[in-house]
Amino acid sequence: MSGPVIPNFGSGSHCVTHNDLFCTDWIRDNWRGVLEPALVQHIELTVKAVGIGFGIAFVAAVAARRLRFVETPFSLFSAFVYTIPSLALFQLLIPITGLTDTTVEVALVGYTLLILFRNILAGFRAVPAEVLESARGMGLTGLQMLWRIELPLALPSIVAGIRIAVVSTISLATIAAFVRPVGLGEPIFIAIGNDIFKTELIAAGGLAVALALAADGVLVLVQRALTPWTRARARTA
Amino acid sequence: MTVLADTFKPSTFVDAFTFIGNHGWLIWHKTVEQLVLSGSAMGVAIGIAIPIGVWLGHVHRGSFAAINISNIGRALPSLAVIAIALPFIGVGFWDVLLALVVLAVPLMITNAYVAVDGIDPDVVEAARGMGMRDLDVLLRVELPLAMPLLFAGIRTAAVYVVSTATIAAIAGGGGLGDIIVNQASYRLEGVIGAAICVAALALLADFSLGLVQFAVSPRGLRRRPAFEPDLPHAIPLPEH
Repeated sequence: MSGPVIPNFGSGSHCVTHNDLFCTDWIRDNWRGVLEPALVQHIELTVKAVGIGFGIAFVAAVAARRLRFVETPFSLFSAFVYTIPSLALFQLLIPITGLTDTTVEVALVGYTLLILFRNILAGFRAVPAEVLESARGMGLTGLQMLWRIELPLALPSIVAGIRIAVVSTISLATIAAFVRPVGLGEPIFIAIGNDIFKTELIAAGGLAVALALAADGVLVLVQRALTPWTRARARTA
Repeated sequence: MTVLADTFKPSTFVDAFTFIGNHGWLIWHKTVEQLVLSGSAMGVAIGIAIPIGVWLGHVHRGSFAAINISNIGRALPSLAVIAIALPFIGVGFWDVLLALVVLAVPLMITNAYVAVDGIDPDVVEAARGMGMRDLDVLLRVELPLAMPLLFAGIRTAAVYVVSTATIAAIAGGGGLGDIIVNQASYRLEGVIGAAICVAALALLADFSLGLVQFAVSPRGLRRRPAFEPDLPHAIPLPEH
């Protein structure tokens, strides 16, 4: 951005036209039109991606729990997806799914798989063999064992995985705006293109950081509420 | 931002390798840029994080902050950090460097803290009983014993930084991302080629630092697993 470029920040206030550090009037004027929709889209993108990713990873982990041969291919596949830089993956999917939100969503789902699959499976694997043995001895069926014994015991690991998946998806979703005008990345890219419009960069970046930290905090509380016994054990230990 | 939508054929993957072969100098130049950026960020981050983490672990204080800071570091979206720093630093190398440092520091503080804090207190007591002074205990007993875990943190952070440095291109920081964000010039095969190089770079960084980790670990500790991967912060999370 060097050279004799005369910035054009529109016909806003003195603060906006001079690109001062932070113009509260710009925020006021653009909250409804720019920032709020971007924030809502960002949350939607994240919830959808983690939801779908969880569904896939859960089914795969339930299968891999008994059938060892499922684990390696799924692990390798999800690790492979994970190594592709997101800026590239979004572009790679365009010829297949087009310039649509599906492209963004497929990539985001792909990135959640490794973390979720690993954590769900680790949770299942951590269930003691004696517990499974007694459950079987009590006459529980396979499905009952999964639902009543294995799932509750695997819960801490599963929720920990969801927490990591959510914060990393929030982060990756900002980069998605490189191919589609969705989420909080969009105002960031616009502001960079608009001769580094400071207010918008700080506002959109700040919202993304706040969203990530808030989501992380909420999930810590969920984690505690769902698994009170883990804390009780830590206290007595 | 214009993103060209090249048609996608299976042969594009072959073309990607042809691209790497035909543009050896470009790839080399961009790889060096990415390595210089990541290396500088890691240098600064190590200088900040390791002394803090080791010291907190040595005095066994601030466990809550030291352990939870990595969660905050992990949660911060890299592009958002780059965006917030832009108005203060401007486009280019330093902006991205700052963002990468911000991302790497918390992870390494936590690992350094856990590494030193978790050392068997009997060993430290024995060292004190032998008449070692505080600094000797730190440098000659705690630090060597903490080395495998401490270095595991550095290794994880390095992989994270090398791959995240790809998005530096968005803020004019250079590196292989320059090719990835410029499909208009380099076509889809260039994008894929550069992406393969980024993945290879991350794997190479992980592997070579694994060797260093082995080399700096005291002989008696080498056979043990370097890091128990049951802690949630132990999972490397490149946000490339």
